[in-house]
Amino acid sequence: MAETTQNKGLIASILGLPNDDPKKTIIVAFLLCLVCSILVSTSAVMFKPKQIANKQADIKKNILAVTGLLDKSSDVNTLFEQFEVKIVDLETGEYSDIDPESYDQRKASGDPAQSIKLSQQQDIANIGRRANLAKIYLLKEDDKIKRVVLPIHGYGLWSTLYGFVSLESDYNTIGGLQFYSHAETPGLGGEVDNPKWRKQWQGKKVFNDAGELEIEVIRGHVDFQVEGSEHKVDGLSGATLTSRGVSNLVNFWLGDDGFGPYLKKMSEAEK
Amino acid sequence: MANAIKSSVVDPLIDNNPITLQVLGVCSALAVTTNMTAALIMSIALTTVTAFSSAMISSIRNHIPSSIRIIVQMTIIASLVIIVDQLLKAYAYDASKQLSVFVGLIITNCIVLGRAEAFAMKNPPVLSFFDGIGNGLGYSLILMIVAFFRELLGTGKLFGHVVIPVANEGGWYMPNGLMLLPPSAFFVIGLIIWLVRSVKREQIESADYQIHQVHRTEVL
Repeated sequence: MAETTQNKGLIASILGLPNDDPKKTIIVAFLLCLVCSILVSTSAVMFKPKQIANKQADIKKNILAVTGLLDKSSDVNTLFEQFEVKIVDLETGEYSDIDPESYDQRKASGDPAQSIKLSQQQDIANIGRRANLAKIYLLKEDDKIKRVVLPIHGYGLWSTLYGFVSLESDYNTIGGLQFYSHAETPGLGGEVDNPKWRKQWQGKKVFNDAGELEIEVIRGHVDFQVEGSEHKVDGLSGATLTSRGVSNLVNFWLGDDGFGPYLKKMSEAEK
Repeated sequence: MANAIKSSVVDPLIDNNPITLQVLGVCSALAVTTNMTAALIMSIALTTVTAFSSAMISSIRNHIPSSIRIIVQMTIIASLVIIVDQLLKAYAYDASKQLSVFVGLIITNCIVLGRAEAFAMKNPPVLSFFDGIGNGLGYSLILMIVAFFRELLGTGKLFGHVVIPVANEGGWYMPNGLMLLPPSAFFVIGLIIWLVRSVKREQIESADYQIHQVHRTEVL
């Protein structure tokens, strides 16, 4: 091949070089990387809008599911319009006037200017940093809040679980709990997705009569005869660490470092 | 040519199956076979990647410097895997969530690199393409069989639809939790290899060494 392609332009002369020539090695490597990077970036750019739309629809679907409004026959976006999106300052529990559309809580958690570092004692959910502001979703009926959906996340066994918890208008009774992203073992920790297990959370009380945080995932089954069973949820069998992680993250986000100040404020306003 | 294509597609199904005979690509067979939907999507993704990477590598095979040939192969495979991953995230979002990192791990799947190195580097593009399809299908076949048993015995479902009602949802079947854990895939694959080799005895490998028989007279 080397003889026939001589003097036939640059490309032909490069192709004509013997394969073990260092010059050809570098040129082939360079061209290959160029072609591959163009392919990869084209696909990334081309599919991005669709992927973002998918992700948003998925989050909306989860918010609807956690409030029990998900209905397969209706459009997710139309159903979601019932919700009012608000930004809450976790420190004070006040609403903030930042545009909810542009706020990304996950990004803010990584930005030192928009988040605080948690001390080891505070950080029971194992998340390292907590954003100062949180995006919450309110379901209103006749101008009165019916349900409030709070984003929660924390570490299980293998992964950070991201999800939502919804509370009823007393800011104490759990309406539902759901994770939309995690990588726990399928069949064991992955059972956090099991509808039967999730259903147990419905009606559980977060705080006791003295206003202290009591909610907990226990090992084994809850004995309903024993006092305080309204605060306890069955652990997942074969998934002790995932169960503990869920217990911790729920406690963190409903506690003083999470939505505690906001919940207190709202329930007082209710009275 | 037509014959060569046919045999390169059919052979890897049973006679030269990448999993049961060559015992390649077992790692992902453990991870994605807990349910059939995930296994099916993984199969399609792997078959696509193997076919196209083989075709692409084969078409530039005469110009790949041997000193960097593995890197060249990996770059092509990795790019294709990223494209498949992006496609899944855009058009099969739920499935891609379920498969999570395993689509990305196709890059390290021995079958893809194995076919590139063993076949595509020496054969023309069209044939290599079909060789990729064949080996992908061979992998898919085993994956689907393993997933069938694991999902059925582990959860009583197939493709997410209830087939056997399980005990904690009011049925009679007590699901076998072990089937959902990776070791069970080893058992199922082992049993499949056993079955295939007892039918097709020519697949049995000759022993690497013979244990020396010690006769009583040899003992001092």
